[in-house]
Amino acid sequence: MKLDSMYQEVILDHYKNPQGRGLRDGDAEVHHVNPTCGDEITLRVKYDGTTIKDVSYEGQGCSISQASASVLNELLVGKELAEAQRIQETFLELMQSKGKIEPDDAMEDVLEDAVAFAGVSKYPARVKCALLSWMAWKDATAQALDGADAERKTA
Amino acid sequence: MTQLPGLLDTEALRKDFPVLDRMVHDGRKLVYLDNAATSQTPRQVLDVLSEYYEQHNANVHRGVHVLAEEATALYEGARDKVAAFVNAPSRDEVIFTKNASESLNLVANMLGWADEPYRVDHETEIVITEMEHHSNIVPWQLLAQRTGAKLKWFGLTDDGRLDLSNIDEVITEKTKIVSFVLVSNILGTLNPVEAIVRRAQEVGALVCVDASQAAPHMPLDVQALQADFVAFTGHKMCGPTGIGVLWGRQELLEDLPPFLGGGEMIETVSMHSSTYAPAPHKFEAGTPPIAQAVGLGAAIDYLSAIGMDRILAHEHALTEYAVKRLAEVPDLRIIGPATAEDRGAAISFTLGDIHPHDVGQVLDEQGIAVRVGHHCARPVCLRYGIPATTRASFYLYSTPAEIDALVDGLEHVRNFFG
Repeated sequence: MKLDSMYQEVILDHYKNPQGRGLRDGDAEVHHVNPTCGDEITLRVKYDGTTIKDVSYEGQGCSISQASASVLNELLVGKELAEAQRIQETFLELMQSKGKIEPDDAMEDVLEDAVAFAGVSKYPARVKCALLSWMAWKDATAQALDGADAERKTA
Repeated sequence: MTQLPGLLDTEALRKDFPVLDRMVHDGRKLVYLDNAATSQTPRQVLDVLSEYYEQHNANVHRGVHVLAEEATALYEGARDKVAAFVNAPSRDEVIFTKNASESLNLVANMLGWADEPYRVDHETEIVITEMEHHSNIVPWQLLAQRTGAKLKWFGLTDDGRLDLSNIDEVITEKTKIVSFVLVSNILGTLNPVEAIVRRAQEVGALVCVDASQAAPHMPLDVQALQADFVAFTGHKMCGPTGIGVLWGRQELLEDLPPFLGGGEMIETVSMHSSTYAPAPHKFEAGTPPIAQAVGLGAAIDYLSAIGMDRILAHEHALTEYAVKRLAEVPDLRIIGPATAEDRGAAISFTLGDIHPHDVGQVLDEQGIAVRVGHHCARPVCLRYGIPATTRASFYLYSTPAEIDALVDGLEHVRNFFG
């Protein structure tokens, strides 16, 4: 059944048992919404220099948006910023592929569990759900690092 | 097959709608339950549209050639059909717009630019309700922000009705306009027009009714409503997209200023100033949606031939059946009136904690088209503490078998996410 390509077991697992859910201390907080369906996420990032110490989040939405936030947490926490940005860009590329990218081993190495979202990219209405937390993370990171820059400059 | 009293002969009717025969997702029969978003178009309307473009296409109200005269007669003929359909005292009270949103924005802008006694300004109040579509909220928010007027609204009861218990405090001597929905697009609620109109008239406020979810489904009589403005749209009533209607009382349309300026809406123009055409043309700047108006006229012919009272009875029977069948689905909660009394044929619900997006996706895989999300009525979702709903909405061609398919489909959804 085609639906299984969207709702991979990995996605349903993350949906039922979200990793790192709940808001904790952070350097910046953002609130993003998906106006077409009402998915919402509040997301905080905590940096230690350029290392991601924590990504915490709270939100409501469909299984795709919630599982995606959980996978993001699992994937990015502990990573260096540059590595995390590479993962984010690869995920974005996959999600914007309209189902045309068949992830290879190299992509699987980068994306790990997030590769399970490949099937979602075939459903235009759902791509935004999958990207919600990733766009929030990018935004929060920009704000956190801007803040850090400003602090350095005034120090 | 389930037989219910009051049902139309859907087997015959459905032959008029080619799209209803479509197969989707590898051989699943389409079950179209998203009629509150847009309705399907019968052959009779499609034929009129083709014939218009093949035989009569021209711009209206200018040119003396055959096609221009035919196009004008068809366009103005559509206005006659709309006027008769809503029992308007005069055809000149029917303004064509591009959709109901534009109709409502037009009213808000007329009042923002009007002179006394209609003028909305910082000393006056605007009243809406918590169950409005965004198209009957945002234009009033804009008007309030631009004029300094105060925006007030009626809240909702737990069972999805307007809470009118404080009507005398909400509608006051300061109220200039009360704008509310006749049938809610998310809750399905049919609102008590009379009580609201009576209070509005007491204080001399104008009344605007959003009939987008009523005009397609029941007899609509603007004189019986006693409203001052009534808005609705063509594509929810078997017509094409791109055509809406604003009906307004004649003396108001004479007094109120135009909103959009341009061709068609003028009498004379000089470089210093212009005078305006009488209503309705005063409010129809530029080339109007001609073919779309003609298509709406054909849709009205189609619906009228069946009879709006019979369509209402059909949908009421379906709604009764749907409410009963949906009650059998575990963890299903109807958002809105739980019975078929005083409600339309749009039923919103939640299914346990399964997100409506996921519900809609799994239903779609089975060929069942529903709407998911906040239905452009986010305040309603906030009121009931839910992120979104799944909505099934029926029309004259919907059948009990399609409701059975929905109920089976929801069982599948529960298993999938169980």
